[in-house]
Amino acid sequence: MLSYPTVRASFIFLAIALGGLMVADIAITTANPWQDLGRLFMGVVTPNFFSTEGLLTALLRTLAFAFVGVTLGSLCGFLLALVYRFLPVRMFCAFIRSIHELFWALIFLQFFGFHPLTGVLAIAIPYSGIFAKVYSEIFEEADPEPGRLLPPYTGAISAFLYAKIPDCWVQMRTYTAYRLECGLRSSAILGFVGLPTLGFYLESSFSQGLYSDAGAMLILFYILIATMPLWVRPKLLPLYIVAAPFFLGDGLPIVWGNVERFFTEDIVPAPIRNGESLGELSAWFGDVMVNEALPGIWNTVVLTQIALVATGILSLLAFPLISRHFGGPVRRTSGHVFLVIARSTPEYILAYILLQLWGPSMLPAVVALALHNGGIIGHLIGRQTNSIHLRPDAPTGFSRYSWELVPRVYRSFLAFLFYRWEIIMRETAILGILGIYTLGFYVDSAIQNIRFDRAMLLILITALLNIGIDALGRYIRRKLALQTMPTC
Amino acid sequence: MTGFDFHGLTASFEGQRVIGPLSLHVNEGEHVALVGKSGAGKSTLISLLYDRLKQQAALIPQGLGLVNALPVFHNVFMGQLDQHPTWYNTLTLIRPFHDDRNAIRALLGELDIAEKQWIPAATLSGGQRQRVAIARALYRQAPVLLADEPISALDGPMAQRIMKLLTERFSTSIIALHDIDMALAYCDRIIGIQDGQVALDQPAKGLVASDIMSLY
Repeated sequence: MLSYPTVRASFIFLAIALGGLMVADIAITTANPWQDLGRLFMGVVTPNFFSTEGLLTALLRTLAFAFVGVTLGSLCGFLLALVYRFLPVRMFCAFIRSIHELFWALIFLQFFGFHPLTGVLAIAIPYSGIFAKVYSEIFEEADPEPGRLLPPYTGAISAFLYAKIPDCWVQMRTYTAYRLECGLRSSAILGFVGLPTLGFYLESSFSQGLYSDAGAMLILFYILIATMPLWVRPKLLPLYIVAAPFFLGDGLPIVWGNVERFFTEDIVPAPIRNGESLGELSAWFGDVMVNEALPGIWNTVVLTQIALVATGILSLLAFPLISRHFGGPVRRTSGHVFLVIARSTPEYILAYILLQLWGPSMLPAVVALALHNGGIIGHLIGRQTNSIHLRPDAPTGFSRYSWELVPRVYRSFLAFLFYRWEIIMRETAILGILGIYTLGFYVDSAIQNIRFDRAMLLILITALLNIGIDALGRYIRRKLALQTMPTC
Repeated sequence: MTGFDFHGLTASFEGQRVIGPLSLHVNEGEHVALVGKSGAGKSTLISLLYDRLKQQAALIPQGLGLVNALPVFHNVFMGQLDQHPTWYNTLTLIRPFHDDRNAIRALLGELDIAEKQWIPAATLSGGQRQRVAIARALYRQAPVLLADEPISALDGPMAQRIMKLLTERFSTSIIALHDIDMALAYCDRIIGIQDGQVALDQPAKGLVASDIMSLY
């Protein structure tokens, strides 16, 4: 079995993760973790939808930020996709999408403050980069033949509208709808840095021990995402898009002096700002690297590798839950419900809840990342097994799982997993804001201490780390000849 | 007599020479049938000729090159995208103009698919799709036709009608055909391709089907 490159790669990653577990800080530090979990569970079972009107407002704001952000992102992404063949454009897109929405929000908060623009841009900017990449991939895959057959001297715009767009339309629409769902999750977690979306409401309910309020919020969020096919209709979309900007709320006015100061003073490294020598600058740089960047990178990488393997194991365990090759309709329905809940809860919210229950360590982060990403991959793989036709006398039970199904889906499983590697790392970095010592922790502390120069340097390092992992993931996928589709 | 000269036509696929080097002269007003067994290089030759002739030729490739998501009307209209400004084409995509509708309906009527005008190309049968590609080539109104098995999915009488239409509407045509009787009936020159080379080149008049069978 070890002669298969895919199996060898899996074992190498497993070994790295086990090594990571040795050095990682995995513990439950709270006195009564299970009692808290029980209280949260009771909260979900006895949701209180009517405690304040804040809940509805938060829901409306979450929708509004998602719609405006994703609309702007898809428009900019579309324009960027048209010029994506130019290397500087590709590099620019890779850079803006390697910085997480929450980091963008933290940056904009420093100079726009709690203005709606902060939330909108925090979603629109990274999404532009993602849309540009995926749209351009869709354009590339389109059938080139109709374009070749056009009369010469056909205008470029006419040619694009007739020979390219119609062929790509369905895929673009599917992907944009999927991104809108992601946008809702992004919008919800923006509340954790203080914007008026669901995350804000959740955090305040939790800190006051109002578990029934928190439960109501979670349930509403699941319903919102699960019913998307019902209310996101092509005919209604223009209405949503036009209306959304009016529901963003007012926030606080922008002080333009702050914007100027941020760029001309705050983010300039302190030694340069104070006109100190080059030696001071390198000492400053060395200090950031040794005391913040390197520990942050180390913890981020360790946590990412553990979470990646945990995600893989969980997906392999979870996909039979919705596969029609096992069990009856009752088990499959509950399997679907479990996977929908797992994948529609943002990692950040899962990690936040688990952290409240178990106390700060890497454990809540690993479990949150594995649940969310495992839910997504398990769902995709399970759906894939439903199109597999087994011979009538195929073995049943565990033999069916291990001999018939896993070997058939293993390659696409790995493809999805390596595709999500970079996403897991981006999330890992951001979970630092919750108090786990990944890069986000150091970014957040630098901002708390009003040392924006350090924060920007650390965000830059995080972005480079993500770009590196993305490239490595693509290299491994190519090496193992794994194919992926963009919708994942 | 004026015509079209092609020199040094060659094509390779994965290092393997599949066409040529060969040269060809086609007179204006001539209808040429390319025959030969499959894999002989007919499609490659048609594609090479299209690259040389682009300005003057309408092409019906074997894959048809339809935009599946667009209705038949727009697939045919694409043959004249160069005749109108961009705003006109864009508006047509949303709501076609009256004159264009009529012109294309008349053309589709000649091909017996007038009722399919607003149906997406994806939902048509093989024979209907082939006729849409033929309509697009006719609508293009180019002097030369390059076609690769344009009647392969059509039944007898329809195939006859289409061959007649194509040889009437285009002053010059080069058509790859596997149906030798059709080639002899509607073309006036037969070129046989074997292993990427011209193995036979004669007026259709003096030929009978058995003369050509030696190529297969």
